[in-house]
Amino acid sequence: MTDSSAVSIRSVSKGFGRGTAAVRVLENVSVEIGQREFFTLLGPSGCGKTTLLRLIAGFETADQGSISIDGQDVTQAPPFRRPVNTVFQNYALFPHMTVEQNVGFALVEQQMPADRIRARVGEALEMVRMQSFARRRPAELSGGQQQRVALARALAPRPRVLLLDEPLSALDLKLRKEMQIELKLLQAEAGITFLFVTHDQEEALTLSDRVAVMQGGRILQMGPPRDIYEAPTHRFVADFIGDINLIEAEALPDNAVRLPGGTQMSLPHKARGRITLAIRPERARILAPEAGQLQAQVIHTAYLGTALVHKLALADGGTFLLRQSDLDGPQPAIGSQVGLGLPAEALRVLAQ
Amino acid sequence: MTGNPALRRLGLLTPALATIALLIGLPLILLIWISLLQKGGSSGVDWNAAPSLGNYIRLAWEEDFDGTMILNTSYLVILLRSVLQAALTTGLSLLFGLPVALWMAGLSRGQRDLMLLLITIPFWTNLLVRNYAWLIILREDGWLAQAVGSVSPIGPIPLLYNDLAVAIGLTYSFLPFMILPLYTVFEKFDWRLLEAAHDLGASRSRALRRVLIPIAMPGIAAGSLLVFIPCLGAFVTPALLGGGKTLMLGNIIQMQFGASRNWPFGAALAVVLLALMLIVMVAMAIWRNRRVR
Ligand SMILES: Nc1ncnc2c1ncn2[C@@H]1O[C@H](COP(=O)(O)OP(=O)(O)OP(=O)(O)O)[C@@H](O)[C@H]1O
Ligand SMILES: [Mg+2]
Repeated sequence: MTDSSAVSIRSVSKGFGRGTAAVRVLENVSVEIGQREFFTLLGPSGCGKTTLLRLIAGFETADQGSISIDGQDVTQAPPFRRPVNTVFQNYALFPHMTVEQNVGFALVEQQMPADRIRARVGEALEMVRMQSFARRRPAELSGGQQQRVALARALAPRPRVLLLDEPLSALDLKLRKEMQIELKLLQAEAGITFLFVTHDQEEALTLSDRVAVMQGGRILQMGPPRDIYEAPTHRFVADFIGDINLIEAEALPDNAVRLPGGTQMSLPHKARGRITLAIRPERARILAPEAGQLQAQVIHTAYLGTALVHKLALADGGTFLLRQSDLDGPQPAIGSQVGLGLPAEALRVLAQ
Repeated sequence: MTGNPALRRLGLLTPALATIALLIGLPLILLIWISLLQKGGSSGVDWNAAPSLGNYIRLAWEEDFDGTMILNTSYLVILLRSVLQAALTTGLSLLFGLPVALWMAGLSRGQRDLMLLLITIPFWTNLLVRNYAWLIILREDGWLAQAVGSVSPIGPIPLLYNDLAVAIGLTYSFLPFMILPLYTVFEKFDWRLLEAAHDLGASRSRALRRVLIPIAMPGIAAGSLLVFIPCLGAFVTPALLGGGKTLMLGNIIQMQFGASRNWPFGAALAVVLLALMLIVMVAMAIWRNRRVR
C-alpha cells in the first residue's frame, strides 16, 4: 500500500463527439504520480489538462485505459466515491452558502459533528487567510478571494490527492507568489499529493517535484523541473519553457555536426540527418569576431537588472538571444560583429 | 421641458397610473362597496341599503329563530377545502413539474423551443373544452377508468366527480405555470456546481437536496404561487369534474352572482378570497426577504 502510486494513469485516451465532429482530446496518456509528490501538468490552452483532471476526479469516463488512486482502481467509480478533491478552474463555489458553509460542505457529507466541523473550517480558512470573510457569500468576494475559498473547501476534508486546476491564475503577482509558497508549505505539511495544472511555466518550475509538458493531448516530456529546462527533448518543450535558441544543423558521422556557416563541432550525443540544436541564452558566450562556432552582429541590448540580454543577428538571417550575467564584463557595442561560443555540453538535440 | 424632474416623472407615469386606477383600483373599490350592501332589486344589489358587515358575518354565523347567532361552518368548510385542494394541486404540480423542467433544461436549443411550444399549446384551447376532454377520459367507460379497473384488485375505482378528479383537472390546467418558472431557473443553473458537490462527497440525491433545490427555490416559490393562487379561485374544473358535489370557493362565488342573484354576498366571498391570496403572497415575500437577509 505504501509503495503504490498516489495516482496511476495507464494508457488513457479520451475523445468528445461522434462522427465528423469527433475530437481526440487525450491520446494514450500514462502517468505515475508518487505519494506526496507535487506534480504539475504544464501546457498551452486546450491541450487537455482540464480533461485529464476531470478523468481523475470522475466527471468524465476514459474511452480507453485505467486510472487508480492509492492502488485502488477507480476507472468506473463515481466522483463522490473517489478520495480526491478538486479546486475548479472556475471556482464553482455554492452561491447560496456562506464561505463557512462552502468550506464545511464535504464535512457535513461525512457526518462530522458540528463542533469538529467548525474547528476544521476555521483551520482551513486560516490557511488561506480568509477567516474574516467566513460569513460572506461568494458574490461578495473578489476573484482572488473566491479562489482561496475554493482552495480551503477542497482542503478541508483532507483528501489523499488534491487536483488544482490553475488555482492561482486570478491572483495578482504579489499574492500569487505568496500563495505559491503557502501551497508548497501546505502540501509538505498536510502530506497530500498535489496534481497541479498551470500554463505558467515559471510557476511550474518553482513549485513542482516533477513536471509533465503536454501538447495536443499527449505528454511530450516528464521529469524534474531542472531536466525539463536544461534538457528538453522536444522542440515544443524547449520553446514553451523559457527562451531558447534553435539552430538547424546537419549531423555528420562520429558525433560531429555542421553548423550554418560551415563550422564543424563534436556533440556528446549521437544524431543523424538534419537536426535542430537548442541552447539556452545564458549558456552561450560572446567571443572575438571570427572566434567561436557562429558569427553574428549585435542589434539590441536590454538591461534586465540582474543581466544583460543581447539580441543578435546570425549570418544566415536567424536571430539569437544571449544572456550575459556578468554585468561588469566587456560589452559589445551595438552593430559590432562578434563570435558566439557554444559549449558542446550545453547543446541539446531536439525531436520535432 | 420643465425643469422639475419630479413633476416630469409624474407626467410620464400618468398613463400607467391611470390604467391601474381604472382597471384594477376602481373595480376593487366597487367590489368592496357592493360587499357591504344588501341583496335586492333585479340586478342583485340594493344600491340604497345602508352599508354593513352583515355579509361577512353570514360567512361564519347565522341567525337562529330567536335571533341568537349560531356558528355555521358550511362556508368555512368550503374555504378550508379550497385551500387544501389548491395546496394539493400545487404539490402535484411540483412533483410533475420539477422533473420535466430539469429534463427540458438539459435539451439542445431547438428541442427546448419545441418543448416550450408544446407546453403552451393547451393555452390556445378553451379551458372548458380541455376539462370536457378530461371528463371523457375519467368517466366510467373512459379508457383511463377502464385501464385502472382492469388492474385494480378491488375492482373499478370511480375517477370522476370526486376530489381526485378535481385535483387531476387542476394540476393539468396549471402545470405549465409551475414548469415555466422552474425551467427559467434551471436554464440559468450552473451545472458545474453539481460536479463540485459530487467532488466533495455528495451523492446524486444529496447534491440535489443541498445545491440544486436551494438554488432553484425562487423558481419553486414563484411556480407555487402561480399555481396556488388561481387554483384557490378556480370554478370551471370543480364544477365539471367535481360534478357539483365538491364545491370550491370559486363555485360559491359564481353561484351568488348567477343563480342566487346575491351579488353582495358573492362580493364578500370574493373579498375574502382576495385577502387569502394577499396573505399567501405577503407571507412568501417576507420569507424570501428573510432568506436573502
Ligand atoms: N465536453 C467537451 N466536448 C467537446 N470538446 C471538449 C469538451 N471538453 C473539452 N473539449 C475540448 O478538449 C480540448 C482540451 O480541453 P481542456 O479543457 O482539457 O483544455 P485545457 O488544457 O484545460 O485548456 P485551458 O488551459 O484553456 O484550461 C479543447 O480543445 C476543448 O475544446
Ligand atoms: Mg483548463
